[in-house]
Amino acid sequence: MSGLRVLVGCKRVIDYAVKIRVRPDGLGVVTDGVKHSMNPFDENAIEEAVRLKQKKVVKEIVVASCGPAQSQETIRTALAMGADRGIHVELPAGTEADLQPLAVAKIFAKLVEKEKPDMVILGKQAIDDDANQTTQLLAGMLDWPQGTMASVVDVGDGNVTITREIDGGLEDISVSLPAVVSADLRLNEPRYATLPNIMKAKKKKIAKMNPGDLGVDIAPRLKVLNVVDPPVREAGEKVPDVSTLMDKLKEKGHL
Amino acid sequence: YQRRVRGKVNEKIVSLISGIVGPENITTSESARNLHGTDESFHPTRAPDAVVSPLTTPHVVEVMKVCHAHRIPVIPFGTGTGFEGGVGAMHGGICMAMHKMSEIVEVNACDFDATVRAGVTRHQLNDWIRADGLHFPIDPGAGASICGMCSTSASGTNAVRYGTMRENVLNMEVVLADGTVVHTAGEGRRPKKTSAGYNLTNMFVGSEGTLGVITQATVRLHGIPEATAAAVSSFPSIESAVDTVVQIMQCGLPMARIEFLNADMIRACNAFSSLDLKETPTLFLEFIGSPANVEEQALLAEELCTGNGGENFTWATEHSERERLWRARHNCWYAIKATRPGAHAYSTDVVVPMSHLPEILLFCDQLAGKMGVPAPVVGHVGDGNFHCFLLSNQDIDSETNLIRDFSRDLALKAQSLGGTCTGEHGIGLGKRELLIKEIGPGAYETMKVLKKAVDPLFIMNPEKVIALEQLIS
Repeated sequence: MSGLRVLVGCKRVIDYAVKIRVRPDGLGVVTDGVKHSMNPFDENAIEEAVRLKQKKVVKEIVVASCGPAQSQETIRTALAMGADRGIHVELPAGTEADLQPLAVAKIFAKLVEKEKPDMVILGKQAIDDDANQTTQLLAGMLDWPQGTMASVVDVGDGNVTITREIDGGLEDISVSLPAVVSADLRLNEPRYATLPNIMKAKKKKIAKMNPGDLGVDIAPRLKVLNVVDPPVREAGEKVPDVSTLMDKLKEKGHL
Repeated sequence: YQRRVRGKVNEKIVSLISGIVGPENITTSESARNLHGTDESFHPTRAPDAVVSPLTTPHVVEVMKVCHAHRIPVIPFGTGTGFEGGVGAMHGGICMAMHKMSEIVEVNACDFDATVRAGVTRHQLNDWIRADGLHFPIDPGAGASICGMCSTSASGTNAVRYGTMRENVLNMEVVLADGTVVHTAGEGRRPKKTSAGYNLTNMFVGSEGTLGVITQATVRLHGIPEATAAAVSSFPSIESAVDTVVQIMQCGLPMARIEFLNADMIRACNAFSSLDLKETPTLFLEFIGSPANVEEQALLAEELCTGNGGENFTWATEHSERERLWRARHNCWYAIKATRPGAHAYSTDVVVPMSHLPEILLFCDQLAGKMGVPAPVVGHVGDGNFHCFLLSNQDIDSETNLIRDFSRDLALKAQSLGGTCTGEHGIGLGKRELLIKEIGPGAYETMKVLKKAVDPLFIMNPEKVIALEQLIS
């Protein structure tokens, strides 16, 4: 193996530690002035690519992100972690919530055409929409095998062995390259971007383009009707004894 | 309080405070009060009469004015992870629980500083700034709040590299007993160094809630290390281990962490973590820098260790390997607690000049032998600081007294060697007598003058650091 090229995707999302607030119009969540970070599963994806590069299995890591101008910061973080160059598919400000997995998969299919990677690694899902669809859609579009929810990735000669985290436990599969893989949390522990690497990353190249340049129609196919907070948890009720408990349960129709 | 009338937290007071912070931010429930009168120390729970959770500085100010007018004691509360009984409400009163003030106000990555409100924990801050390549490195082990760490002048395993809170706080917002708001270095200011007036910032750092309520702190940030290497080496004796530490420091090796575990501690760690380290004094070292740099440091340290009879020097840079090498050190506390499940664990906290470490470690060992208890020790030897963990059944007086005596004797020995009775944990309730001995009449008198000036009604965390009877006499 002379060294693979890997295309990794990353998404700029609201930081997982932020308390989410629903927008007054009930059609989304407040994003203005709210801290954003790289989607945690994407950190795992990039980390895996960097580790493969350190093992000399991979020779080049290209990181791509679809989002507003600020997505550039997310790409810079990936570059500071060890990716070689970036691609920013830029969206007009305020439209990022309309970009759905089908559109992302179409964009990545075009990027795969351009960059000809041997493997695509994505985070298994974004923590804002929890869709867990892009990897699967992309694999379908490319007619490539997929290894999703990967907690172990082992690259062999022209193939990859993947351990998948599934409901019943773990599943080992082997897929031939090229393939699409999605990273799960237990795949690795992502490194921190350190100051010297952040400095060096500023010099790495980020190519800019918009979906139109790739000939992709990103119009949403799903419409958000309503976004609401989960109901406020109500206080419990203490009862003096078991028979009262039984009566209350029957009363509320639980028995 | 014989001379001053102490107020009671009655329904009127609860109602007044409820009007300030909202009824959802004050509680008199027994479980909340007990929780807020308990920390990780040896001292029994002393519940306040009510727990107040302010959201803003004006809340704190108005609540303080009520408490001041009615002479009600106020005990600030961070995360309850203190080791010296700082949270106990010895004369009842209000617990001022700061956890709802959890905003990170600003991070200035280019200037390496961050400003946080009183409820922010160090983990929360480090999480927030991780993408900037920065961290707040002071690591006391517990998930403490940053302002709580200001309050006790906390330290950690990497003080040898980064210093303690004293060296890392640039400014604080403090609300005094009468509701006055003080910005110790001036509002909004964050110079890295200053000669402007008295050092109020470091007067409040370490004051353990006895001089005011810390509502906000501006702290120094540091770069996340590029590369880290960890190493372990066992030694034939305490002296050889300490000699190695002295030489390492004298070589100017910029150690990140340098920790010592004695044989008793290694034995417990082996049992707890299923390790097979040699049961003999052991050093755990950590180096940070560029990848080339840490290798250089590790190899030099290896030379120094083996030169002093050190054996089995092993080092690694890879993350999981480093974790494995340091496992004994990380699990110390739990390993000791596991030797006697259900027992309460107490940690001593003395510091001596490094050159006196072998003498006091030997003394500690002999003291333990005399008292018939094991004396496992973990030490931040680069600072001359070590902790001896003692276990007891808190319901058995003889065991409680033994710990009290052991701790006092060890502290007195440390003081006789030019050290201190507390390097990290604070004076709290249990070391007030030792403080008097340690700093002498001139300094103690000055401390009392300061306390009386800033809190003339003695409502700020009464009985901590300086006993009430000392202030009243």
